Amino acid sequence: MSAVDLGMPSLPHAPRGVGHLRGDRSFPDAARESLRDGQLRANLGHATSTIRAKRKAVVDEVPDWAELREAGRAIKAATMARLDEHLVALEEQVTARGGTVHWARDAEEANEIVIRLVQATGTDEVVKVKSMATQEIGLNEALEAAGIAAHETDLAELIVQLGEDTPSHILVPAIHKNRAEIREIFLRTMPQFQEQGVDADLTDEPRRLAMAARAHLRERFLRARVAISGANFAVAETGTLAVVESEGNGRMCLTLPRTLITVMGIEKVVPTWRDLEVFLQLLPRSSTGERMNPYTSLWAGVTPGDGPQEFHLVLVDNGRTAVLADEVGRAALHCIRCSACLNVCPVYERAGGHAYGSVYPGPIGAVLSPQLTGVEDNASLPYASSLCGACYDVCPVAIDIPSILVHLRAEHVEAQERTTPEAVAFRALAKAMSTPRLWRLAQRAAGLGRLLSRGKPTLPAALPPPASKWTRTRDLPTPPRETFTQQWVRERGR
Amino acid sequence: MSAREEILGRIRTALGEHRAPVPDIVRGYRTADGRPTTELLDVLVDRLEDYKATVVRCLADEVAGTVATALQAALGAHSHGDVVVAPGLPAEWRPDGAVEDDGRPAVALAEHAATVTGVTVAVADTGTLVLDGSPRCGRRALSLLPDCLVCVVTSDQVVGGVPEGLARLDPRAPLTLISGPSATSDIELQRVEGVHGPRTLVVVLVT
Ligand code: SF4
Repeated sequence: MSAVDLGMPSLPHAPRGVGHLRGDRSFPDAARESLRDGQLRANLGHATSTIRAKRKAVVDEVPDWAELREAGRAIKAATMARLDEHLVALEEQVTARGGTVHWARDAEEANEIVIRLVQATGTDEVVKVKSMATQEIGLNEALEAAGIAAHETDLAELIVQLGEDTPSHILVPAIHKNRAEIREIFLRTMPQFQEQGVDADLTDEPRRLAMAARAHLRERFLRARVAISGANFAVAETGTLAVVESEGNGRMCLTLPRTLITVMGIEKVVPTWRDLEVFLQLLPRSSTGERMNPYTSLWAGVTPGDGPQEFHLVLVDNGRTAVLADEVGRAALHCIRCSACLNVCPVYERAGGHAYGSVYPGPIGAVLSPQLTGVEDNASLPYASSLCGACYDVCPVAIDIPSILVHLRAEHVEAQERTTPEAVAFRALAKAMSTPRLWRLAQRAAGLGRLLSRGKPTLPAALPPPASKWTRTRDLPTPPRETFTQQWVRERGR
Repeated sequence: MSAREEILGRIRTALGEHRAPVPDIVRGYRTADGRPTTELLDVLVDRLEDYKATVVRCLADEVAGTVATALQAALGAHSHGDVVVAPGLPAEWRPDGAVEDDGRPAVALAEHAATVTGVTVAVADTGTLVLDGSPRCGRRALSLLPDCLVCVVTSDQVVGGVPEGLARLDPRAPLTLISGPSATSDIELQRVEGVHGPRTLVVVLVT
């Protein structure tokens, strides 16, 4: 990290061995597998193009979108510039309204705190609202290891949990599953379909599947004593927490149990109540493409006679301060997790969320995950992009993801003394393209590639190494019989 | 060192000894609205209907009757006893036979078919109703558990955009922003109304 380069003490990254920020394979290896999955690509292509169109329509109808976006960016930058002061103010406000604030250096400590709080209530099960932070720290696994059952209540998260799967998209985590697969998971795992003689005429119509989930969770909501949530925003000035959702499962969790535990990354704080007037406009339109999401819950501490009577807020670092130390990379902490950048990314659309190996996929994942873990642990992610810039254009808080990617690549290359075949190839290519004679030679050599392709439109993946490293995830067009320059010379002379 | 001290220390290290000044925030977006009330009401109705909410307009002295008719349409003829209302709901808004929420356990609330509440503010541009836990709006569980929610909105409560809406709220109150009935698009992105929250939302707009 540049913090090291500047001679500053290095700040700890998210620890290994806990949570979901690292894949077990590199991005190219994982992506190769997804690329072979036609169903996945079809589902993803449909999903991303549908959400893209919806987002565009509702963003275009806002005349002051550019001003909102600029205000969103500026608020986040201002927040990071005084992050310590805002967190202290938030703690003071939450405490003054009857809540308790806990601080967790990393995933492990956060999990310990939550387990201790749940155990203190005497219960062995909790209901959960979809939350990126708790996925990041691997809370469900930690709870399970402590003998506490964690029930996901968001429909997509429920599908993922019952299917013993992992999420593939920030907003629609089960987007890689189609209705028939979901029906099969429900029939196999929901107790209501297990009893003998039960009428299992569940069709794969989305309405019927959603109603099955409603029936499955209704009683759990009513009996739950502890809920665990994340937070979209926390207002330092007033101690107000905000959760944005659609289904009402969030409201169930935030309202019915006696105890509420909210786990939040330290970067989610915003300084003032007014700041929400910006983000509550930017987020829903960018994320689901709606003017406003069906439900937003806001609360400050505890309200007697209304909702949970015990409230805990767990503030998690887990590598965020290391990101903050990098002046260029810091902007990745501005992310409000709308997922607009995933939906416009040509790499995400083809590779899918799982290939990124982290709970944060897509363009934002490519810049956030390696910074949280240290670039050496997610070394292939900064390359998981074509630098086309679409992510920057749609980002509601104007995070310049392509610039951060280039910055991280430079950092990675610097850190890595060893020369990869790819680096050699790129250096050679740059040289060839800058000299006309070499370029013509190279083109003639490429013509040889036609022999390898055996008349097919693309080159085979089975080029000998090291070229195979490049071609196995990329379809290279078969070089033409004749280059443009050759044709020009043949037809018109010099 | 406590985790708190350590994290705050890390932030101070990350930001460096000589901190850059806090960048300016330019709020160049719209914060006021010049549109007349009649226009705002039309926008609100359009947005609500777009979310599949049912909207009925009525005059101030017709509220109870309008609410009763709307409930009948949503629940069927013999539904009077099934309706629970917010404790501060004005008497002239209550349908016959409705019971008042007396703080009964949530399980008991879930047995009611419908709820009637007021709102604090309504945002036209986004079709959003805000409930703030005051006696007229009721506690949060009340507008959540029964399957049909009827909200009565008066025209003075309607503002144009989100900034004007938030400016009218108390950030310390338990707030629920409702924009249409509960919905999900998690299965092949097909929108399904009503998952855990009320499947039917009726808005009675008093003009
Ligand atoms: S980086 Fe920007 S576009 Fe991507 S999820 Fe975050 S806020 Fe949304």
